[in-house]
Amino acid sequence: MSVTVAQLKRGQKGIIKEFAEDILPIKLLELGCLPGNEIELVQVAPLKDPIYINVNGSHIAIRRSVAQKIELDIIDDTNVL
Amino acid sequence: MSKQINVALIGNPNTGKTSVFNQLTGLNQKVGNYPGITVEKKEGICKLPRGVKAHILDLPGTYSLNTTSLDESVAVELLLNKNDKDHPDVVVLISDVENLKRNLLLFTQIKDLKIPTILVINMADRMSRKGISLDIALLEQKLNTKIALVSTRKSTGIEHLKELITDYKNLSDASIIDTTVIAPDYFERLRNAFPKEDLYKLWLVITQDVNFMPIKKKAINDASNFTTKSKSELKRLQQKETILRYQFINGILKETYKVDLSTAKGFRATLDKILTHKVFGYLIFFLILLTMFQAIYDWSSYPMDFIDASFASASEWVKNNLPPGAFTDLLAEGILAGIGGIVIFIPQIAFLFLFIALLEESGYMSRVVFLMDRLMRPFGLSGKSVVPLISGTACAIPAVMATRTIENWKERLITILVVPFTTCSARLPVYLIIIALVIPEERFFGLSYQALTLMLLYLIGFGAAILSAMVLNKILKIKSRTFFVIEMPNYKLPLLKNVVYTVWEKTKSFVLGAGKIILAISIVLWFLGSNGYSEKFKNAEEIVTNRINESGLSEFNQSSVNEDLSIYENTLRDSIAQVYNLGPAVISDSLQQHKAILLEKAIHQEISSYKLENSYIGNLGKAIEPAVKPLGYDWKIGIAVLTSFAAREVFVGTLATIYSVGSDQEETIKNRMAAEVNATTKKPLFNLASGISLLLFYAFAMQCMSTLAIVKRETNTWKWPMAQLVFMSLFAYIVALAAYQILK
Repeated sequence: MSVTVAQLKRGQKGIIKEFAEDILPIKLLELGCLPGNEIELVQVAPLKDPIYINVNGSHIAIRRSVAQKIELDIIDDTNVL
Repeated sequence: MSKQINVALIGNPNTGKTSVFNQLTGLNQKVGNYPGITVEKKEGICKLPRGVKAHILDLPGTYSLNTTSLDESVAVELLLNKNDKDHPDVVVLISDVENLKRNLLLFTQIKDLKIPTILVINMADRMSRKGISLDIALLEQKLNTKIALVSTRKSTGIEHLKELITDYKNLSDASIIDTTVIAPDYFERLRNAFPKEDLYKLWLVITQDVNFMPIKKKAINDASNFTTKSKSELKRLQQKETILRYQFINGILKETYKVDLSTAKGFRATLDKILTHKVFGYLIFFLILLTMFQAIYDWSSYPMDFIDASFASASEWVKNNLPPGAFTDLLAEGILAGIGGIVIFIPQIAFLFLFIALLEESGYMSRVVFLMDRLMRPFGLSGKSVVPLISGTACAIPAVMATRTIENWKERLITILVVPFTTCSARLPVYLIIIALVIPEERFFGLSYQALTLMLLYLIGFGAAILSAMVLNKILKIKSRTFFVIEMPNYKLPLLKNVVYTVWEKTKSFVLGAGKIILAISIVLWFLGSNGYSEKFKNAEEIVTNRINESGLSEFNQSSVNEDLSIYENTLRDSIAQVYNLGPAVISDSLQQHKAILLEKAIHQEISSYKLENSYIGNLGKAIEPAVKPLGYDWKIGIAVLTSFAAREVFVGTLATIYSVGSDQEETIKNRMAAEVNATTKKPLFNLASGISLLLFYAFAMQCMSTLAIVKRETNTWKWPMAQLVFMSLFAYIVALAAYQILK
């Protein structure tokens, strides 16, 4: 199933799909948001935004608007809280 | 003396770069700004083995050389510019053992600039706990450099790092990744167009987001035999470069870096769950804020009172022990009072930065940003503005300094500009005395009107800050990174040394940076208040003495002398006289003496009052009377408003001098103010209309030269503090005018 980071549940993981080059800021790519890498949703802020993820070992928080642009293939459904 | 080795420290944020810098330089460090911009420049001297010295420059934290902010472009520019006097002989790249992969991205980029680069792997003490094992020898070989395994917490590895820096000439300066493979044709054309230049450096210049080194970039754009690519094509290439670098890094780490995933991950997850919880998260943040306020308001009042008293007695000592004259007055009332006015802020600044340093060091600050971001966004701010805005409620000065954590310049500027609207502690004495005068003591459903007014004033201040942020966000056209990402670092026990350095450095930069301006303005204000050109000023003593001889003391002073005297007489008769069995002659003698002292004091007060009235400031106050009259003030309040520009709390003291109330007792001043009558309306001067008008004026006006000075320091130009001064004061005037005219 293909979803975006914004749709993940806490503890859920996915693999980043290929994306068009200029939708994501270069900073995110440097932090490891590259196609093929794994993203885990760690926390969502109380007002549903920002979203706290672990990507490729980097723990970062991004805003929902950006998270909606990152498409994933979900890999692990067993760990959902 | 032999030439110093130029060393540049560079690394991702949160890798402990500052700790390494502190360990290398100790207190031998200097913090300033890069010329012309507001990026902080930290440098220091480090003593190396065999008598060699190194100049250490701590570059702003960055994830890569693809710059998106001014801070980062400072780093890149320095690395590219061989002619800069700080251009490093050797770069020390600080990485964190847990995020080695990401840190190495920056390493490979710097290595490709052909500068010798030592890799520091910090937080080595965490390796065993995190189940990480490293093959250092193999890693050194693959990366073609030397590695120092360091733990700033345990103070290990620093000596090894110093050895490596001393022997930097043995390091290889070869590049390790061939970037040209991402677009062979493109780089081939680049090579043909600029045969003498290094391709990777050219590539960096071309892809910079931030407009730096404009000349060089222009030269490339103008070159007739070379057409540059479109923005999105360049971006695609940058992405390719990033992927290429990660492939290289992954390949190396596969052989050298092992991590046992089963080891502890739980602590961080549990803490995150609690600290960002929708109820507990805010509750904990609220409790921490409460403690911070307690410290800034309450705990710091002890050292502040001590400082106040010390400077008062020092100035007293100078007046009594130096020959009287203009110089002594200047020293005692101008310079000493001015320095006192700077030193008095140190406890609050130190406390605020103690807390901020603890929060930052522990990793908690990122969680606050995470919690608050959504709430601040409608106002053009982000979670990072929360702490400065809230600390502004204690004092705007440390709050403005605290905005340094905001990387986005536009957001930082907006925060700096609106912070002075929040109700700082210096407004409190003014609020309290005016509220006590004009707001009735009655209650409304058990709530006192006075308390409600005070709360309303706090809300108005915060509202003004947030609304003006919204407006500024629309008006200010500053190009700056709009993209928001916060790293959520691991939780750490704060290092005492780093906390102490932060507090020390912030305090020092306030005293040295803003202190000069504050001192200068206080001396000017003192001069204007204690000098005058008119005959009245020069002959003040004579005029007042004559007046008192003819018509006696002012009504207020007469009654207060009589009152004081009768209290004195009663105590004397009722208790002391009986205990010591004093006769009537002794009592009347003592009364005479006491009366003489009181009279002398009263005469002295009336002279100072008369002098202030006829000083330059007094003349100025009278000159502006037509302007403040529509607000319901007279020239006396006008003078108090003018002197308040030194600091708001001066308001009460100035009124005390003008009304020649010789006492610091708030009650006395209040009674005197309540007795004051408006010359034209014959009603009390301080009534509801003029009182509200004054409260609103103090709520909005920019009456704090210390804040102006610190804003000048932080924005590096007089433009912004002047804009604040003009707009806030104008706004205050209009609101106060409207309030008085409506309520009158």
